[in-house]
Amino acid sequence: MQFFRPSSLREALEIRAAHPEAMPIAGGTDLMVEVNFGRRRPGGFLDVSRLPELREIRREGRTVRLGAGVPYARIIRELPGQVALTQAARTVGSPQIRTRGTVGGNLGTGSPAGDALPVLAAYDARVVLASATGTRTLPWHDFLLGPKRTALAPDELIVATEWEAADGPGSFSKVGTRNAMVIAIAGLSLQLDGAARRVRVALGSVGPTILRAPEAEAFGAGVLDEAGAWSDPRARVPEDAMARFGELVAEAARPIDDVRGTAAYRRHACRVLARRALAWALDDRRAAAMEAAS
Amino acid sequence: MLIRLNVNGEWREADVWPGSSLLAMLRDDLGLWGTKNACEQGECGSCSVWLDGDLVCSCLVLAAQAEGRMVETVESLGREGALHPVQAAFLEAGAVQCGFCTPGFEVAVADLLRHDAHPTDETIREALSGNLCRCTGYQKIVDAVHVAADRMGEVAP
Ligand SMILES: Cc1cc2nc3c(=O)[nH]c(=O)nc-3n(C[C@H](O)[C@H](O)[C@H](O)COP(=O)(O)OP(=O)(O)OC[C@H]3O[C@@H](n4cnc5c(N)ncnc54)[C@H](O)[C@@H]3O)c2cc1C
Ligand code: FES
Ligand code: FES
Repeated sequence: MQFFRPSSLREALEIRAAHPEAMPIAGGTDLMVEVNFGRRRPGGFLDVSRLPELREIRREGRTVRLGAGVPYARIIRELPGQVALTQAARTVGSPQIRTRGTVGGNLGTGSPAGDALPVLAAYDARVVLASATGTRTLPWHDFLLGPKRTALAPDELIVATEWEAADGPGSFSKVGTRNAMVIAIAGLSLQLDGAARRVRVALGSVGPTILRAPEAEAFGAGVLDEAGAWSDPRARVPEDAMARFGELVAEAARPIDDVRGTAAYRRHACRVLARRALAWALDDRRAAAMEAAS
Repeated sequence: MLIRLNVNGEWREADVWPGSSLLAMLRDDLGLWGTKNACEQGECGSCSVWLDGDLVCSCLVLAAQAEGRMVETVESLGREGALHPVQAAFLEAGAVQCGFCTPGFEVAVADLLRHDAHPTDETIREALSGNLCRCTGYQKIVDAVHVAADRMGEVAP
């Protein structure tokens, strides 16, 4: 078993091409559990945790580019404006997990319960992949293919994710047995975009992979339109429309019964989380408008 | 493979298997048994150490990933007769029963107090959410954090 410790992305990609048996390891918070329990015995390791290219956070105009190797603790400190993402980062594991765990690792594992993933979906984020022969950028849904199945090729590394910062509030919420250290039974991220007049909703842990709720999104955008809430954030959206939004989100879920919860419970959780998330977002916009007016 | 790292201010090395965790290297190769092994899956926090100043579960870091880096373990806090204020507070508040979780808690509490000298109960509970104790019911651990914070506040300028 070989251990590689490249100091640049270029060197890492050359090693990746020559030694596909060496598993990339970033924070190790997913991979080491498998290794410690003998469930996985990689042919080697490729340590990506020190690659400077993966540890960058860049902003260009509205575009946010988050290096795959940035741990959650840094996301919380350095991206406070990306509210949904920092909320998701804060719910990951414990302080010890957040100093090490990365969004690149969350993507690499590709679990439908990965907490960063519904946020990336609600952001319409792209995943940047590189190999020794070039770079490609995939929309999140072309990267996450199924439960723990991704489009990563054996000679590629995840370099970053990027998205356009939305003009509006967003959130992440999850249901589990306690507030910390919990795998979500259901997770939801909602993002409002005032400029595009769009509502985007994504669900985690309630399907084979991360799901968007296109019908609910169209309904939500329409309801805000009818209420005049896009142009006047103080306008109220009727309660029955809020409830209907929750129902449509729940209908987009494809949950199963498992040890963590039943399909019915998960669907119910989606309904509640969606209604709440939309109410929070409308409240946030209203508060921001009032503040701007005063 | 030969791994060299700085543990508690001293450069140490050992020949380890490339799949070996930092926890295994600390305990089995370097004889630092203060750092406990209880789950090896990041759930219990009894293996907490600092890696370049960050609080981590040493069971989830490959020893090889720590090459050339600074590791601080519970042994860096204090020793018999010269306890760290956090350790003294755990004794005083009755926050130790079987003691197995204690080293991990003490490291996590010391880390919390490095960042927040006077944490609220809520902050304490959130900061310690990665550490499990099967004996105390946690309240006395929270009490100990307050005792330590007060004590450290007195000596600090
Ligand atoms: C106690 C505990 C609690 C947890 N709680 C949560 C939680 O609440 N929410 C949650 O979402 N997750 C949780 N996790 C899972 C884990 O922390 C996250 O999935 C984390 O994002 C993994 O990141 P990492 O850097 O540690 O990944 P690693 O373990 O280093 O890698 C994970 C996978 O991704 C691959 N990989 C990593 N980086 C790259 C790269 N740059 N290019 C290509 N492949 C790569 C690896 O080969 C591996 O297959 C928890 C884990 C533990 C141990
Ligand atoms: S032994 Fe590392 S967290 Fe339990
Ligand atoms: S004192 Fe026994 S586990 Fe905490």
